[in-house]
Order: sequence, then C-alpha cells, then structure tokens
Amino acid sequence: MTTVSASPFTGLDAERFATHLAQRSYLPAWWIAAKQEAWNEFNSLPMPSRKDEHWRFANLKGLALEDFQVPEDHSSLVPRLPDFPQASEIIFSNCQVVGRTGLPQELADQGVIFASLDEALRDHSDLMRKHFQRHPVQLGGQKFIALNVAFAASGTFLYVPKGVKVDLPFVVQHTLSGDRQSIFPHTIVVLEDQAEASLVEFFVSGDTKSQLASGVNDLHAGQNAKLTYVGAQNWSDDTLSFQANSIHAERDAHIQCLNVHLGGRQARHESHSRLAGPGSHCDMLALTVAKEAQEFDQRTLQTHQAPHTTSNLLYKNALIDTAKTIFSGLIVVDPDAQQTDAYQTNRNLLLSDKAEANSLPGLEIQANDVRCSHGATSGRVPPEQEFYLQSRGIDPAKAHELIVFGFFEEVLSRLDNEQLHTVLSDLIQSKFKKS
Amino acid sequence: MKSLEIRDLTVALTESPDQPIVKGLSLTIKTGEVHAIMGPNGTGKSTLSKAIAGHPDYKVTSGDVLIDGVSVLEMEPDERARAGIFLAFQYPAEIPGVSIANFLRAAEQARLADGENVDAAAYYKRLYSKMDSLKIDRKFTSRSVNEGFSGGEKKRCEILQMAMLEPTFALMDETDSGLDIDALKIVAEGVNNLRGDNLGVMMITHYQRLLDYIVPDFVHVMYDGRIVKSGDKSLAIELEAKGYDWIKEEFATASA
Ligand SMILES: Nc1ncnc2c1ncn2[C@@H]1O[C@H](COP(=O)(O)OP(=O)(O)O)[C@@H](O)[C@H]1O
Ligand SMILES: [Mg+2]
Repeated sequence: MTTVSASPFTGLDAERFATHLAQRSYLPAWWIAAKQEAWNEFNSLPMPSRKDEHWRFANLKGLALEDFQVPEDHSSLVPRLPDFPQASEIIFSNCQVVGRTGLPQELADQGVIFASLDEALRDHSDLMRKHFQRHPVQLGGQKFIALNVAFAASGTFLYVPKGVKVDLPFVVQHTLSGDRQSIFPHTIVVLEDQAEASLVEFFVSGDTKSQLASGVNDLHAGQNAKLTYVGAQNWSDDTLSFQANSIHAERDAHIQCLNVHLGGRQARHESHSRLAGPGSHCDMLALTVAKEAQEFDQRTLQTHQAPHTTSNLLYKNALIDTAKTIFSGLIVVDPDAQQTDAYQTNRNLLLSDKAEANSLPGLEIQANDVRCSHGATSGRVPPEQEFYLQSRGIDPAKAHELIVFGFFEEVLSRLDNEQLHTVLSDLIQSKFKKS
Repeated sequence: MKSLEIRDLTVALTESPDQPIVKGLSLTIKTGEVHAIMGPNGTGKSTLSKAIAGHPDYKVTSGDVLIDGVSVLEMEPDERARAGIFLAFQYPAEIPGVSIANFLRAAEQARLADGENVDAAAYYKRLYSKMDSLKIDRKFTSRSVNEGFSGGEKKRCEILQMAMLEPTFALMDETDSGLDIDALKIVAEGVNNLRGDNLGVMMITHYQRLLDYIVPDFVHVMYDGRIVKSGDKSLAIELEAKGYDWIKEEFATASA
C-alpha cells in the first residue's frame, strides 16, 4: 500500500497553510479551528490506494497534488456565461469575489442571505457553523474534502428562512485561471422549513492551464422545503477536479440535484443524499460528456433513513474518443425506512470503440417493504439513427452531437427552468465546438 | 434538367460481398419524372434505395450511380444528401430526445455555407406551413423524431422532411405501406405538390393502389435484383390484375 504521510509537495505545504491561516485571523475561531483540524486530517489520510474499493478503476497516478499552488490573491479576466433571469449572482475569480449583483431588497427583508464565505463568516457565523460539514460525504474522497476545508476561501452561503419562496435561481460562478493554480470552493445551502429556492453553480477555467479544484457542498432542505441545485463544471482539459455533494432532506423535503460534467483531465464527483425525514424525496441527476483522454469518476450513495422516502438517480454519460467513466452507486435502506422507493440508473452512450464505461451499481436493503431497483446500460449509438441523420445531410460529428443531446434530454427536461435548460444546453454544446 | 443514372449496379451486403442482392440494374431518372418500381418482397427494392443513399450495410460491388454524370459512390451519406438525394425510409428510425424542429433545423443548417445561419423566424414559418398542408399537428415540432409515432405519422413526417429539404431526387421506399386511405391521400397530395421540373422520383411500392393517387410516368417491375419489365401506368394495372406470380414464373426460370 502506498501511504503518503507527510505532505511532500511544495505548493500546498505547511508553510502555505500557515500563511493561509494567518491571513484569515480575523475570521471566527471555530472556522480557524476547523481548518486546522482539516489540515491535520489531510496530512494523516493516505492517498487512495489500489486496494481501496472506493477508488476502483480510477487512475490513481493522476491524483498527484504535488504541482499545485494556493492561488495568489489575484483576479483575471472572467469568461462571461450567458445571462439568464436570476435572483442574485456572485462571481469568483480564483478565490476572489470579482462581481456580484445585490440581493433584491424584498429578499433581504425576508431574511434571505446570499453571501460569500467571508461575508457569511463575519455576519452569520453561528448560522453557518450549524450547517457547515454537518453531514460529511464519506465516499473515499475524505482527503480531498479535508483539503477543501483547509484552504477554503471562496464559496457561498445561501440561507432561505422558513416559508420564504424564491422563484429565480441564485447563481454562483467560480473561475479558475493561471498555471498550477487551485481553488477550494465551499458552498452551504440551507433552506428552512417550507422554503423554496434554487442555486446554480458554474465552475469554469479562464484558460487552458493545468489546475486543481476541490469543491464541497453542504445542501440542506428543511421540512417540506424544495431545493434545486445545479452544478455545471467546464474546467480546462488539464484540470484535476474533486467535488463532494452532501444532500440532506428532512420530512417531506423535495430536492433535485443536477451535475453537469464537461471539463477536466480527471474529475471525481461524490454525491451522498440522506433521506432523513419521512416522505422526503431526492432526484440525483448527472450528465457527462467525456472526450479524448478524460476520466470522470462518479460515486454515489442514497441513504434512506426514514419511511416513505423516495430517491431517483439517473446518471448519463456520453463517451467519445478514448475517454473513461466510472459510476459506482449504492442504495442503502435502513431497517426503519419502510415503503421506500429508490432507483438508480446509469446509462452510458459510447460514441467510440475505444471509450471505456465502468459501472458498479449496488443495493443494501435492510427493510422488507421497499421498492428498489438499479440498472446500468452501455451501448453504442444505434447505426440506424446515425444513418438516418446522415441521410438528411447532417455530417457524422453533428449527428453524434444531436444524438447525445437527445440522450441527455430525458435529464434536461426535468428542469422546470426553461432558460436554465437553454444555458446548460449551450454549455454542453460548447464542448462539441472546442476541438 | 438533371439526371440520376443507375448504371449496371450490383449491390451486396457489406458483410457478404460475393452474394449480390441487386444484380446489374440500370435505370435513369430525370427531374420532372416519376418512376414507380414494383416487385415482390425480398427482391432488393429497399437495398437499391439504401445503397444509392450510401447506407454502410451495403456495398456496391460493380456499376455506378451518377448525378449529372458525376459518381456519388465515393461520397458519404450526408454528402449525397446535400448533393440532392433524399431517401424516404420504409422504416424510419426513431431518435429519442431529438425534436423534429431541432433535427430539421440541423439538416437545413448543414446545407448552408460556413458562417451562415438558419433564419429561425423564416424557418418556423416554412415548417408550420408545410406541416399544415400535410395535416401534421404543429405540436409535433417538439416531439422526438419518429418516437412513438404511428405508421402513418412516420410516413407523413418523411414527406415533411422531403418538403423542407427540397431534394433533386427522392427515393421513396413503400411510403404507402401501413397507411389507411385517408393518410394515403394526404401523403399522395404532399408528393404531388412537390412534383415538378425540379424533382425526380423513384417510388418503390408493393401495391398498385398508390399509383392511383400518384400517377407515374414510368413503371418498372423488379424481380430478383433486376428490372425485368418496364412500361407505363398500364403495366401497374396489369400487375394488379395478374399478381406477381407470372413474373416469378417467367423470370425465375430465366435467371436460374
Ligand atoms: N441488412 C440486411 N441484412 C440481411 N439481409 C438483408 C439485409 N438487407 C437486405 N437483405 C436481404 O436482401 C434481400 C432483399 O431485401 P430488400 O432489399 O429489403 O427487399 P425488398 O425491399 O424488395 O422487399 C432479402 O433477401 C433480404 O433478406
Ligand atoms: Mg423493402
């Protein structure tokens, strides 16, 4: 087993960490302590090894962190994403806030908070502390979550008080640029009982350099709350990316999560939903376009802790060239969670003979009155579809693009927000344009 | 006037190239003409039309297909389509998640030069007017291509595509099969509206019935990979009266 005890690399080393902490001495003591603890944890946890089931099929060599640096406090040109109607927006470049629209007064009056981490730590420290890493993801990436907490400087806190409903989405954009730069965005979303809101996060590179991103989300929906979370990443093709989603649903809460994965040399996404209260529901959706030598590694866990809970996971991957995807999912139904409906589906569309889609679906059911299913399919583009499109004058590349969009539509059409549907389609399309 | 010349064409399955299905077939279709091809099942009619359109399952082992004297055999299927060939499929494929509107728009876009874009407003106006005349509900624009369509809806959708893409040569493979008489009339009217000096049609059919509504200029009988008889509309009527058996008897011995 390869164990890396002390952190051998230069960029994210103890010295840099000490500097990072020192620069943040004005922040609450609990935050500083959490960072220190996370840094210790990061150093004590081994790098993933071959024997680790959570990392089966993954390219472990590609995980090396040695080359990356904590970003300088600088901002650079931020790629503009298409505008669409939104409640409020915060834009980060590396770890700096470089743009934001004010929170509409009526939302502020109702007690809605939409703030950068620093602002939230200054103004709402206790509230944040209550929800920060309350239900951490444990799907193998703890070391990278610890790294996130240790160096987290950018990120947002969205808080929607009881009964407040916000129609338009909140939008966050993280931009990473510069060679060997890294970011560690941390997002906390708290919807109190009966609240409704959606948050859309974009993660993009400002250039084509080699970069590191390790992001963490703590998503919490109170009783009967309705939360939509969309995270779309389009990192540079030379980025190493980790993302951990923690989803927590209380009684009758309804959560919809969609992750779109486009960029990165190697991108790992861990998502754990906990159906904690009776009657709660979670949709876990993901769309991935894997191209050239990209590797996308997705690990999921649906934990049903209460009766009458439902979860529905649908992860769709389109694979081109020599790309590789890994899907490993588990549904766990606790003994008390009777009358649970849990579904898990992974579909892989292979547009090339050389692409590799790995699927590891799983169930662990301890209750007897449940409906659970899991399924994984991988298939080539049906040749009759390809020929049909070509026979209308559409060239093979465009035909594949249309077929991929058709394949994704089942997921995209679940979004209520039409404009967001368009924005995501355009983002996905950009992947077919860059060659 | 343009011409589509099928010259002594032999077609086999790509996987078994030494077993020809179409066996040295020759036929020239000029714009302004409608040629009906009739023949029993399994004779190679669909193979002929798919081979002309460039389907990868089929291999042309000898002969040629030319538009105005230029061979299309080296062209990819999409290039042939842009060169003016349109295949109305006997069994159109379903494309899940791809709406008719997006699909046809991509097909129109493919015909434009680099940098040019489909004018969305004009496109929808044209699309809706063609749909109206084919009695296709406008809601179909957002339906996935052919998915869950009835047989008749699929065939009307093929004609809609043909109307939008304005090919020079249409190869219509059993566009009438599976249609009730009302649907047949709508489809026939759609085709008749497209008839004219700028379109040549190869209309494959198993039944004479279609030819009452789309009156052909020429009728060819295909049997065992060849055209064995050509004539005018009266040949179709003769076939209808006598069935295909006499053809089989007459030519099975000849080819054996
Ligand atoms: N893709 C295919 N695979 C196997 N056999 C085929 C294929 N296409 C055609 N054939 C065979 O070639 C012959 C002609 O078929 P087809 O062209 O469909 O005839 P038609 O359209 O006149 O009914 C039949 O014997 C059929 O089984
Ligand atoms: Mg046929």
